[in-house]
Amino acid sequence: MTGRHVAVVGAGPAGLAAAETALSAGARVTLIDSADQPGGQYHRMLPEAYRAVRPERPQHGWRDFDRRRRRVLAHPRCAWWPETSVWALERPDPEEPGVPRVHLLRGPADGGGRRRLTLAPDALVLAVGAHDRVLPFPGWELPGVFAAGAAQALAKGERVVVGDRVVIAGSGPFLLPVAASLLEAGSRVLEVLEAGTAATVARGWSRRPWQLAAHAAKSGELAEYAALLIRHRVPYRVGRTVVEARGDGRIEEVVTARLRPDWSVVPGSERTSPVDALCVAHGFSPRLELPVAAGCALRRTPGGEFVAVDYDQRTSCPGVYAAGEITGIAGAPAARAEGALAGWFAGGGDSAAPALRPLRRGRDRGRAFAERLAEAHPMGEAWPQWLRPETIICRCEEADYASVCRAVGNEASAGARVAKLETRAGLGPCQARVCGPTVAELGARLTGRPAQRHAEGAPTAGPHRRPIAQPIRLGELAEPEPSPEDPTAGPHPL
Amino acid sequence: MSPRRVHAESDAVGRRDRPLRITVDGEPVDGIAGQTIAGVLLAADRLAWRRQRSGAPRGVFCGIGVCFECLVTVGDERDVRACQRRARDGDAVTTQTREPRTGHAPKPSPRRNSDASAGEGK
Repeated sequence: MTGRHVAVVGAGPAGLAAAETALSAGARVTLIDSADQPGGQYHRMLPEAYRAVRPERPQHGWRDFDRRRRRVLAHPRCAWWPETSVWALERPDPEEPGVPRVHLLRGPADGGGRRRLTLAPDALVLAVGAHDRVLPFPGWELPGVFAAGAAQALAKGERVVVGDRVVIAGSGPFLLPVAASLLEAGSRVLEVLEAGTAATVARGWSRRPWQLAAHAAKSGELAEYAALLIRHRVPYRVGRTVVEARGDGRIEEVVTARLRPDWSVVPGSERTSPVDALCVAHGFSPRLELPVAAGCALRRTPGGEFVAVDYDQRTSCPGVYAAGEITGIAGAPAARAEGALAGWFAGGGDSAAPALRPLRRGRDRGRAFAERLAEAHPMGEAWPQWLRPETIICRCEEADYASVCRAVGNEASAGARVAKLETRAGLGPCQARVCGPTVAELGARLTGRPAQRHAEGAPTAGPHRRPIAQPIRLGELAEPEPSPEDPTAGPHPL
Repeated sequence: MSPRRVHAESDAVGRRDRPLRITVDGEPVDGIAGQTIAGVLLAADRLAWRRQRSGAPRGVFCGIGVCFECLVTVGDERDVRACQRRARDGDAVTTQTREPRTGHAPKPSPRRNSDASAGEGK
């Protein structure tokens, strides 16, 4: 036993693997997730109350996940804290980076009677994942337009299908498992539209084929989904996307169009088809508010910002590790390898352990795969051409394209914060989680400057800066500050 | 067609459903134990339940607790993400609107101090 206490935030593929190796290294582990069951989005489980006889049916790689889940949750040195959200990370001293205190709320989502708790762990593993990035287009705010992840979560996690005439559109291989989940649940998928053109997608996927072979698990999984589409006669079209959703109070039809490699619309290629649901995703946004709150440095890539980690998954903040999609979008196998490395080192494991070699190899393959993904599915530059002046950019505050252009185009208000106050874009309940990257990108284009300006000495007004990471009720805040506890120290249920 | 729950009899996962009933603005809505409030509403053919400032209807968008578009009031708890909260039998759900109050709309219950969310509008 190393006697170290490791807090792992997120119990998806990365977090669960981190918990497992931290336990192997001899540490005590508190595994935290806002859901009531482990698995994250990838292994989203059915509710226990469904009492399913074959819960593994909608799942991929269930056996290994199920084994790991049982082993970790039943471990005597592991405290499993479901329905627990991190509402703030508090750095010990703003001048001296170190492991932050973890402020938690435990209880049903957004409930009034949640318990406030604080942890002061020796090491922290952040494995909080990503959510869909959805680009705006006219009508995307209509009910019946879903982020693709929502459709998958509902089908896999609740056995609710979003419709029976469904179009799936966007970019990236994630569209395939979403289609597979809907088909498995008996929904009818009309077509899957990949915005990337055939040439771009093929170039990205065919280059360096040995990498693909090395990443056999993920390629095999994608091939299975592709076969399922063929079996269900669902067309997969490249170089086409949904440029408008129409309907009276809910989606009734979509306008799709052929795209050029830069995602500009080929005039005259528009086609209208009736649908009852549309699922969209143009890649993923990593959930960066906790890493940013902990003080972790980010790295900029063509595919967006991610947490910078070293060879051992260490972030720039001592004692804080990151794993999974927040370090780069590479899929579940890579997330597991990263999580396993992060957990091992966070738990004080030996850096010469032989088991690290295959993990590092898996992680490196995952990173190569992520690069390949970014190359094969780049976001086309010309997507703002889909927008009209009245197209909503910030869904919360209903700020439209014209007002965002006005605000960022105005030299005096080009700073992200000023533009925010002028349009209210990003100030609504979602706190810019949905529109933030879009507003930043539009701003950068219209002003010809990089998305963020760093004022000397002032905290950056980046889109991921949310001192309060999750809503907390004032009543909960008013309760006396709980003293840090170590849930793994004494006997506990499980 | 609209959103629907996969029929238990034909569901490959082999469910053994237990029914539950919630009310939405006073109207009874049936679901099954384990569903989120959003799941119950969608399966009962309710695609939207919240109104934006412009009056535009909203329901589930991200489905994983990020977009805050599906907010409802559960009992006396305001601003609960319907996609994150499991429905309990007997939950009294009230829909929310951000529309400026009109003369005809029913007066919303006063917002208590302890119900305000500190995460909003910073």
